[in-house]
Amino acid sequence: MTEQNMRNFSINFGPQHPAAHGVLRLVLELDGEVVERVDPHIGLLHRGTEKLMEARTYLQNVPYFDRLDYCGPMSQEHSFVLAIEKLLGVTVPRRAQLIRVLYAEMTRILSHMLNVTTQAMDVGALTPPVWGFEEREKIMVFYERASGARMHANYFRPGGVAKDLPPALIADIGAWLDPFLKLMDDLEALFVENRIFKQRNADIGVLTAEECWKWGFSGPVLRGSGVAWDLRRAQPYECYEEMEFDIPVGKHGDCYDRQVVRLEEMRQSVRIMRQCVEKLSLAENQGPVLVPDHKITPPRRAAMKQSMESLIHHFKLFTEGFRTPEGEVYVATEAPKGEFGVYLVSDGTDKPYKCKIRAPGFAHLQGMDLLCRNHMLADVSAILGAQDIVFGEVDR
Amino acid sequence: MTDATPPVEHTHAEILRTNLRALSEKIEAGLGAAFLSAKLAFDELSVTVDSAKWIESLTYLRDNGFVSFIDLTAVDFPAREKRFDVVVHLLDPAANLRIRVKTAADDINPLPSAVNVWPAANWYEREAYDMYGVLFADHPDLRRMLTDYGFDGHPLRKDFPLTGYVEVRYDDESKRVVYEPVKLNQEFRSFDFLSPWESATHTLPGDEKATKS
Repeated sequence: MTEQNMRNFSINFGPQHPAAHGVLRLVLELDGEVVERVDPHIGLLHRGTEKLMEARTYLQNVPYFDRLDYCGPMSQEHSFVLAIEKLLGVTVPRRAQLIRVLYAEMTRILSHMLNVTTQAMDVGALTPPVWGFEEREKIMVFYERASGARMHANYFRPGGVAKDLPPALIADIGAWLDPFLKLMDDLEALFVENRIFKQRNADIGVLTAEECWKWGFSGPVLRGSGVAWDLRRAQPYECYEEMEFDIPVGKHGDCYDRQVVRLEEMRQSVRIMRQCVEKLSLAENQGPVLVPDHKITPPRRAAMKQSMESLIHHFKLFTEGFRTPEGEVYVATEAPKGEFGVYLVSDGTDKPYKCKIRAPGFAHLQGMDLLCRNHMLADVSAILGAQDIVFGEVDR
Repeated sequence: MTDATPPVEHTHAEILRTNLRALSEKIEAGLGAAFLSAKLAFDELSVTVDSAKWIESLTYLRDNGFVSFIDLTAVDFPAREKRFDVVVHLLDPAANLRIRVKTAADDINPLPSAVNVWPAANWYEREAYDMYGVLFADHPDLRRMLTDYGFDGHPLRKDFPLTGYVEVRYDDESKRVVYEPVKLNQEFRSFDFLSPWESATHTLPGDEKATKS
């Protein structure tokens, strides 16, 4: 073949592709089977969340956050309610903090379980998702028992959580932890040491710590490159300060390390959940789960039947909402996928003047070109899976 | 035991505030003429810099610990002469500090792109261009990011209607997706609930009798 009729080949990966984990169109420029350039086209799931939020009250905006990263709904709510609470200067009751941490860690397992097992499926292992999704189903039952919804919970509210947990639910969560660790052992035995899983992931998509920082990567991607940076430890919120847990880090910064870090994080989440379950049963941690200020939280249903004041509060709260003081805040939490931040600008009314959602997946997807260059076409789906992309939060 | 110095409060918030104050002073000295103002509110530091020295300011911050690029966005204030605030959030992982850097921009004069300072700025600037129409000079690839191919307008501007201008549907006759002007079966309603019981400024019939007595 002469020099003239050799040419690079461009292909479309997606928008509908099972390994794209959503609707992603990747325009790949190939030289033979080697990727020369990656151009992700995103926005196919763009719903204009940030625009819609400007026309709704703070309370009406909470459910939008479930629909961003729909694999880890409550972690998103967490950043938003913390941002509102920072503006209002409200401290959440201790029991609500424990419940939030319990459910945030449960959410981490929910998200990591989906990502690790489906990434294994992307590289050829078909059994892990079948095993992992059974546990996800159990977590969704815990979601449902707490909030009434399996996924789009709307459970974290400004000032606390929507409802207290029944004692039976706390006991059932406690009883779920040990069998889950057993499943983790089985799951790790199933594919972590598997030869094909290693061949497909080890030394693929290597990132240095310096690259991670300047590309804005966070979460397991950053920790896979050996940086022990975790917002739960570095900038603690709620009651993470008193929780005992380790921060797993990788050594090589490749796809394999990212997945192993995620697996270990699930075990650490179980540790935190166990501490929360124990603390929630203590006598000193009983009490309200919402701040008693009914200008920002709804009054109890029973009180509304008796008290005029409660009825007025209820009506005012669900029509006007509450006003926040003027100002701007940025609050970030360690969501399963990385640093999930909310930049909230308030003009003193009952609706946000602007809300920018800083999604970790957006930064991670941007790194696709950096990571995929000079890799084989088949590695693209392995890298994409290990970056943990969910389009709900990337496209917003 | 006889030491008379008052006990120093060492809460996280106290330490953070002290560190941010020191950082603010350091940045003010380091940036020189580019520094316009600094504000410490809600335990967060916002620094406003001169848009003519935007890249110099960001480079200075990057070289002084803020290696991690977190976010770039714009905020629209249509009443201002320069209607946009371009806002960048940065993180210094070694000192464990965050900072917010702002500058003013309008929709005609481009702001220099920060892609050469942090490569992560690339998509964030594309998004700000897409959503607000802020232009970035020397950006390698300033295309639209989230909106549809061939989209017109900048949706997050305050003068862009919530419902947009066009709607899409699949037309079975022409066998393709068609764009049509938005048709609302019911007029778009935006309720102003801001204290509905206090906002009535007109005199209710009968009120004049009450004020006379």
